[in-house]
Amino acid sequence: MFIFYLDILQRFIPDVFALGNESIIVVQNLTKAFGDFVAVDNITFDVKKGEIFGLLGPNGAGKSTVIRILSTLTRPTKGTATVGGFDVVKQDNEVRKLIGIVSEKMIMYNRLTARENLWFFGSLFAMQKEELKRRIDELLELVQLTKWGKAQVGKFSTGMKQKMNIIRALLNMPQVLFLDEPTLGLDPQSTVEIREFIRKLNREQGTTVLITTHMMSEADLLCDNIGIIDHGKIVALDTSTNLKNAIAGANTTILTLEIANLTPDLLATVRALKCVEAVSQENSSHMKIHAHGDGAFDSIIDSIRAKKGNIISMQNIQPTLEDVFLHITGREVRETADQKIPLAEHPRSGHGFGNASRGRRR
Amino acid sequence: MKMRGKTLMSNSLRIAWKDLMELFRNRLGLVMLILMPIFMMGMVGFIFPSNNSLNHVKVGLVNQDGLLGGPTNASQAFLSVLDQMNSQTGMLDISNANDLVGLKDSVQKGDIQGGIVIPSNFTQCLMSHRQGTLIIVTDNSNPQISAAMQTALTAVFHQMGTMLAQGIVANATDSSPTDALAMVQPYNIEVEGVVSGHTSYFDFIAPGIMAMTVMMSVMTGLPAAISQEKEVGTLDGMMVAPINRLSIIVGKTIAQTARGLLQGVLILILASVLFGVSIQGSILLVFGLLLLGVFSFVGLGVVLTSFAKDQETAMMIMMTLMFPMMFLSGVFFPVQQMPWYMQSISKALPLTYAADALRKVMVLGAGIPQITTELTVLITFGVVMTAIAVPVFKRAMTR
Repeated sequence: MFIFYLDILQRFIPDVFALGNESIIVVQNLTKAFGDFVAVDNITFDVKKGEIFGLLGPNGAGKSTVIRILSTLTRPTKGTATVGGFDVVKQDNEVRKLIGIVSEKMIMYNRLTARENLWFFGSLFAMQKEELKRRIDELLELVQLTKWGKAQVGKFSTGMKQKMNIIRALLNMPQVLFLDEPTLGLDPQSTVEIREFIRKLNREQGTTVLITTHMMSEADLLCDNIGIIDHGKIVALDTSTNLKNAIAGANTTILTLEIANLTPDLLATVRALKCVEAVSQENSSHMKIHAHGDGAFDSIIDSIRAKKGNIISMQNIQPTLEDVFLHITGREVRETADQKIPLAEHPRSGHGFGNASRGRRR
Repeated sequence: MKMRGKTLMSNSLRIAWKDLMELFRNRLGLVMLILMPIFMMGMVGFIFPSNNSLNHVKVGLVNQDGLLGGPTNASQAFLSVLDQMNSQTGMLDISNANDLVGLKDSVQKGDIQGGIVIPSNFTQCLMSHRQGTLIIVTDNSNPQISAAMQTALTAVFHQMGTMLAQGIVANATDSSPTDALAMVQPYNIEVEGVVSGHTSYFDFIAPGIMAMTVMMSVMTGLPAAISQEKEVGTLDGMMVAPINRLSIIVGKTIAQTARGLLQGVLILILASVLFGVSIQGSILLVFGLLLLGVFSFVGLGVVLTSFAKDQETAMMIMMTLMFPMMFLSGVFFPVQQMPWYMQSISKALPLTYAADALRKVMVLGAGIPQITTELTVLITFGVVMTAIAVPVFKRAMTR
């Protein structure tokens, strides 16, 4: 373990000092068309060395295509892109040496064991046998899969497979890691683990991460900068906080309160408060409040307790991707024209949204 | 350049190793892999007609002759010759029947497949220097058996006639029976193959099936394997590695060839154990030809891989191409039997040449000088197809 970190440290010391200024990914006027369908429409952005950059957008917005172009799997129709200073078309093999990719599909052979899989993919990077073996040991240890090393990957759970998928992408010690919806279809526990792993990788090893997601909360938790992409165009690009403020509009907060003895009288009292913009009763015990201003929380709670209201729980609702879209594009997230239809057993919006208590279990 | 070739090869071998590992871990797939040639050989070996396939045909016999009795009874002589020939070939199973009506009834019931009736005037006719006539009762629904019976009975009569004439000539000219035979029947046929020993339909078909299995397994296996990896997503894992794209094809071809050769060897073993097929020529040349056949087919497989977007499409294209190839390449039926337009299609298929060359080596014991035409065609076909396939594949992989 210790040797591993030394190794990494040696590799990345120059990068650590350069952090924050130098762009490692530069995308200029990039366009990709499949026949008449324009998947990526003339986008320009860059990613700084050592940051986590999120591409946020609904299904079919063109996120995956951007990742596929940057990882040399697809050729752009127009425009240029460089990774680490190398052109993704003309110097594709140089780019490949610098990157790791976790695509939406598992890049793992089910009939091979965990070690065999890692050995196979690692050996394609012309690594020395000794070095590769050490690297595999370290990576398996890192995601606590060492004891599963000789088991066939087909027998793994989805969460374990995704961990394998990620450490596979790390075999060649990439400077840039591309992650295409890495928590899609995972249970909440694995989702949290994967996110923490990504953050740790970024923080401790300085790996630049470009991640795509359709979940606002995920982008919010992980990313330094977020580009919102829709219909192949980048419609907004900013830090998470700035985007959220823009979305939420000044400092509006949305709350739901669960009150055991919710009465019309109580509702009226809350509605009468200055800081409250709107109140709606959800059901017999829940009410939803839109409030603004710094002391909003205090005055709402005080007024309820003054009326002997029994507060069972209180939840601060995060703006969702729907809110983001409503705000920026002025319309709802498109439900049609999706290239990737989520599997029925993995509802995409089933976790990760809003409910902050779930994300902080450990 | 040499260095690049070396890394290309070592990456190819890694990919081949991975593919074979997957293959051998797939138990059911492996069982099927072994069963396929067994079924194939069994099917072809036992279903297709061969020379001695008409055995033990059940025949009823009605003998109405012999009313006159006595040693000159011609029907007795006929029956003894028939019995003698039958004991050698085992072609007919003769049972006695009462009359023509009973015979026809039995044929209709399916108890017997035909009948022979010796009419009451058989001996009488012969004695009075007229032709003796036999009646064959046949099952109209089975023309093959009636033809076989006619052939057998004609042979019996022919032999009887020859013996009769031989005896008369020997007596008249006072010479030995051998000389008499030469006088009665001056012409005779003796069959001799290029290679000594008996050849069967199986010797004809086994090399063709071997060539077909090996080449088909590459042609179908390559597109299936690549489009499957494309669909599952694992192909991306190889595509993002800094390796030459060609090593993906080469590696997969090695794996598929190994799979095909395994089946080919199984067929060879089965053919020699169950059906007595032997290799007259060099076994190294046989394997060399199989590999050359694979080479000639790889390009075609790769081009198809590049065009097929998913596994299903790939399989459909394969099936459409496979059937005409199976039947037009002279694997099951000799090309010479086909009408001229079919023959010209057949001449455009590499499998035809591979099967032909393999047959020459295995059955006729031919060496390289005797199969230069086939070799030239296979090599040319392979080189041209590969030259087309490589750029097409490279383009298709980075769409």
